[in-house]
Amino acid sequence: MIVVELIKMICRPRTWLILAMLVALPTLVAVLLAVTDLGPRPGTGPPFLSAVLNDGTLFPLAALGVVLPLLLPIAVAVLGGDAIAGESQTGTLRYLLVRPVGRTHLLLAKLATVVAFVLLAVFVVAAVSYAEGRLLLGKAPATGTVSLSGSTLTQQELGWRTALALGYVIISMLGVAAIALFFSTLTTSAIGAALGTIGVLVASTVLLGLDAADALHPFLPTRYWLAFVDLFRDPILWRDVVRGLVVQLGYLTVFTLAAWANFGTKDIDN
Amino acid sequence: MTSSATTNGHVIKTRALTKRYGELRAVDGVNLEVRAGDVYGFLGANGSGKTTTVRMLLGLVLPTSGEAEVLGMRMPTARHTVLPRIGSLVESPAAYPHLSGTANLALLDASGSDRSRRDVRRTRIGTALEQVGLNPGDRRPVRTYSQGMRQRLGLAAALMRQPTLLILDEPSNGLDPHGIQEIRKLLLELNAEGTTIFLSSHLLAEIEQMCTHVGVLRDGRLILQEELDTLLRPTGLVAVRTPDMDVCSELLGDVVASVEDDLLLVRAENPARLNAYLVGEGVRVDEIGPYRRTLEEIVLDAEARA
Repeated sequence: MIVVELIKMICRPRTWLILAMLVALPTLVAVLLAVTDLGPRPGTGPPFLSAVLNDGTLFPLAALGVVLPLLLPIAVAVLGGDAIAGESQTGTLRYLLVRPVGRTHLLLAKLATVVAFVLLAVFVVAAVSYAEGRLLLGKAPATGTVSLSGSTLTQQELGWRTALALGYVIISMLGVAAIALFFSTLTTSAIGAALGTIGVLVASTVLLGLDAADALHPFLPTRYWLAFVDLFRDPILWRDVVRGLVVQLGYLTVFTLAAWANFGTKDIDN
Repeated sequence: MTSSATTNGHVIKTRALTKRYGELRAVDGVNLEVRAGDVYGFLGANGSGKTTTVRMLLGLVLPTSGEAEVLGMRMPTARHTVLPRIGSLVESPAAYPHLSGTANLALLDASGSDRSRRDVRRTRIGTALEQVGLNPGDRRPVRTYSQGMRQRLGLAAALMRQPTLLILDEPSNGLDPHGIQEIRKLLLELNAEGTTIFLSSHLLAEIEQMCTHVGVLRDGRLILQEELDTLLRPTGLVAVRTPDMDVCSELLGDVVASVEDDLLLVRAENPARLNAYLVGEGVRVDEIGPYRRTLEEIVLDAEARA
């Protein structure tokens, strides 16, 4: 079933359109940086964006920093929101269920497919932006990359820290995927489910900017998204990364269970 | 019930099947009985509960109370055993619009856990498409299909795995008269080979032409369930059409059962003898013959009584 869902995702023109959009933004940023040579002042703007003018090998991280706060979650919300509601909308859900495909099985396959998309998206963005960084932006200093704490990282160290960061970005999207999947079981409108999910993310971002909501901050799904930056400090600052992991796994568990509880006994009326 | 009823096993049997949505009883205490080899016509107006019943049989909607047994097993508990042996068309066909008909069937086929070998799957997809008059080589996306072609594709999906029971909701929707005839012929062929067919429709003519049994649903209640031959058997009345209405009814007196416009229903065993008598008495007879009720009259009558 997972294989079938993956094929469905790959065969959909929409998947590739979203990927193209995800790649287009960092590409635009790379071109603008290369042409103007004007980075944000250190400490402002998306992470790593000031550093890439000197060191193009950091551009994949800058690209993820650009894509992560908005574009990638929207893509995940759209795909996740489409998972069940989209099948419901085309009427294919009832034919899948009488094929028969187990409801739990279908949910898990849909969730796995969204995660697979995140994987694909993160790797495509990283690969394309790596190439762009090497071609358009600064060459890596011979002495090695400079960490955010000022010390120098070897090529090898930079490699595994980047791998960790990519993994963290993927995990950061699990919560969004699970929320979208849950909304997708509530409605027969794929757009409604996607918008609901985006609404949750917007609310989370708004609350993060509000001091009065301080007590809620550690539980908000978007709180630790950019914590992957801490992986490039020396020594690595694990605190936020670990918290981010726990928060995402929490959202994943709660909303997947909610989706399962709702979908498992739901009357399929359309 | 007829004698064949007791010799054949039930393919569908429901007991007091009920689905309530709040105060509304969409399906209300329905006892369906469909036997192996039947072509069962499930009649009812739009909104009478046909589709909800079909969805309960397939485990898509859970009954509020009552039981449904399909192929001898409880639904929805036994759905993983039962559903692979059922082909169904629920309400309307559905397919991914950006993919071809063949690709759609391949995805649906591969979704199940009862995998067959790739070449077996490809053959049966081709066969099913040809059966319903679609070209397996057609690469156009379903988006470009006409409604009739979509309906055929939905039927192909139902036939794909050679089911022992076909549950078809309005199978002739969107088909032209020629297409309806083609599909009817195909379904009757499959029935002759042993497939039981449960067909829901609001078209009386369709049911009358195809079915061996009829069930009529009205406002969620099953108001009639009977073998078609029993329903349509001669009534013991003779219909006489004559311009000499008054003379004729005076002549026949008590044996006249009813008078409608220029049609006289007469209690008589033998139309030929009655004809000879009337003509002998100088009554002009336009038309005479045994009177049979149409399915429409029977259904309307049952609805009036319900």
